[in-house]
Amino acid sequence: MSERLRVKKTYKLYVGGKFPRSESGRSYPVSSPDGTELANAALASRKDARDAVAAARKAQRPWAGQTAYLRGQILYRAAEMLEGRAGQFAEELADATGADPHDALGTVEAAIDRLVHYAGWTDKYTSVLGGANPVAGPYFNHTTPEPLGVVAVIAPQDDPLLGLVEAIAPAIATGNTVVVLASEAKPLPALSFGEVLATSDLPGGVVNLLSGKAAEVAPHLASHADVNGLDLTGADPELAASLEAAAAETLKVVRRPGKSGKALDLLRQWTEYKTVWHPAGMAAGAGGAY
Amino acid sequence: MFEYAPAPESVRPDIKEHYGLFIDGEFVDGQDVFKSVNPATEEVLFTVAEAGEADVARAVAAARRAQETVWGPMSGTERGKYLFRIARLLQERAREFAVAESLDNGKPIKETRDFDVPTAAQHFFYHAGWADKLSYAGLGADPKPLGVVGQVIPWNFPLLMLAWKIAPALACGNTVVLKPAETTPLTALMFAELCQEADLPAGVVNILPGAGAAGAAVVNSPVDKVAFTGSTAVGRAIAKAVAGSKKKVTLELGGKAANIVFDDAPIDQAVEGIVNGIFFNQGHVCCAGSRLLVQESVADDVLARLKERVSTLRVGDPLDKNTDIGAINSAEQLARITALTEAGRGEGADVWQPACDLPENGFWFRPTVFTGVQQSMRIAQEEIFGPVLSVLTFRTPDEAIAKANNTPYGLSAGVWTEKGSKILWAAERLRAGVVWANTFNQFDAASPFGGLKESGYGREGGRQGLEAYLDV
Repeated sequence: MSERLRVKKTYKLYVGGKFPRSESGRSYPVSSPDGTELANAALASRKDARDAVAAARKAQRPWAGQTAYLRGQILYRAAEMLEGRAGQFAEELADATGADPHDALGTVEAAIDRLVHYAGWTDKYTSVLGGANPVAGPYFNHTTPEPLGVVAVIAPQDDPLLGLVEAIAPAIATGNTVVVLASEAKPLPALSFGEVLATSDLPGGVVNLLSGKAAEVAPHLASHADVNGLDLTGADPELAASLEAAAAETLKVVRRPGKSGKALDLLRQWTEYKTVWHPAGMAAGAGGAY
Repeated sequence: MFEYAPAPESVRPDIKEHYGLFIDGEFVDGQDVFKSVNPATEEVLFTVAEAGEADVARAVAAARRAQETVWGPMSGTERGKYLFRIARLLQERAREFAVAESLDNGKPIKETRDFDVPTAAQHFFYHAGWADKLSYAGLGADPKPLGVVGQVIPWNFPLLMLAWKIAPALACGNTVVLKPAETTPLTALMFAELCQEADLPAGVVNILPGAGAAGAAVVNSPVDKVAFTGSTAVGRAIAKAVAGSKKKVTLELGGKAANIVFDDAPIDQAVEGIVNGIFFNQGHVCCAGSRLLVQESVADDVLARLKERVSTLRVGDPLDKNTDIGAINSAEQLARITALTEAGRGEGADVWQPACDLPENGFWFRPTVFTGVQQSMRIAQEEIFGPVLSVLTFRTPDEAIAKANNTPYGLSAGVWTEKGSKILWAAERLRAGVVWANTFNQFDAASPFGGLKESGYGREGGRQGLEAYLDV
């Protein structure tokens, strides 16, 4: 009896809830640090980036319009799905980074716990960051954080799963949608993470994952007029500076490499404050037209 | 209509013939000298030193030394007491500052007296109280200042914008180098004198008058943070200039706010709000309600009442207590307003202006209402920054929101309706940092102000405004 032939996975992009190849038809070989060839990953093009932004934009308002409770449950569901596939991810992570398999499992568990942490933030950050303002006049005045919109992320290069989760979770917890350029040399855990999200009831387009070359794809995201925020965590200093300059043209909110990774700072990074005023007090109560 | 006898303000502030740069606690010479003109008369009010790159470098060095040796190490309680003292001095000298502001800027005395100066004092009083409570701001257990802050402010609210910039910066333990606008340096220089009077340590506040080149020098100097209020074009240039550096930036830029009047709005109040929204401060307001979106079914009624009301506005001497609309701040701004208004006529919108006499000298523009405006017209897209209102209509609430959000800007918006649920529905959908419901153009030190999209990023005022001046 011959040995069974293993069915290998084709690593594709995750855009708009689907798993397409690059429209360019290109792919690139991905190896582990010791040179073992692991797989071919799709090599995303400018067109893929634009498709991903379009999918993220389409998904943003409905996603932000969901209740915070539901967004929290979906993030928690993603943690459940990742827990169920922890072994697979530990293996992929060990292959990608050369880490000891036991350490890799620890990293996967940290990523699961991070998802759980942000699942619990969705219905709390509004109270923590916003509030009522005691203005010096007869007005009801309150401030609430709202999602920035579409955030493009250059994911960390050397932390392909936990770093990815840390970039994605706070952005989507607050109602943003994201287009993520995965670690260029270690994209496979990110592309598999798309499968976790796809089975977590996360609406298509909320998270879009691209693999490819940062220097090729990122400039298109930085200059795209329909992108509101740019996370440069995974960009090298030279690329980060040029991307920040490109983002200045449309006044995007930019997170520079090395900025604080504390949860509340990240939640604040991708939100905008909206302040609403309304007359109150005597004029309103006295039957005035207000 | 009533006739009004002139009621000119009688107090005259002690304006010097010449002002220097304020660096390290003293007034010093700059690289050049320029004139500041009263826009209501075109008369020269005083001359002032212009800061060059070397002056900026000296000011930043003084601010650095003051931050590291005096202001940074000082307890929050003591810093707060200096700011309370400044607030009190501003209140004491309020009338003097109000008249000076009207002379240098051209805005009516009733606005400087009742809004600009008292609100500026409130900003210092409010932020004074934060200085020893920063650990309660939700920004960490012991948040640190950024260091030296470079600030560039516009000419439309000279003293108030100074207060919005300096008060939170100082409360958080930073020192500042501030460049006031070229056409309106007076109250900033009077504020420098007030800092001396308050015994504020030398170098904590530095004031460098000048034009765009001086502003660029501040942005490019070794400051830790840049705070800017002004045009979107300059905001873009600043964002590019700091790219790749460690400088933090907040930008408060242009706007093209929609003021939405639904068919169930309280019409008389809405008309007052529309007038306040676009004619307050000659329309030189980044958050001005420059696009009126009125529901088709009430458009004729609203426009008739609006024109009647605008006909009663008094345009003229900024120092007359009855004046509603003062002088346009500069010949350059008048030219821009005129050009955009001509573009509106050229593109086929219907223009209406009340009959009113304008003074012979100075820079003036009649309140102007454009009807039949299409979204593609320049007067519906570009910030005019003058007393010019563009009126568009809509049929459904969804259409109102779509039109309101159809702009690269996102600073403010107005909603007029008696239905509470409709207000909240609209406020949630409007892409703007500030939404005024059944009111307009309200500001307060405790209320964060700032925009989205190409109106910039960062907030000023409130607990959220402290984020801009702390290392978080």
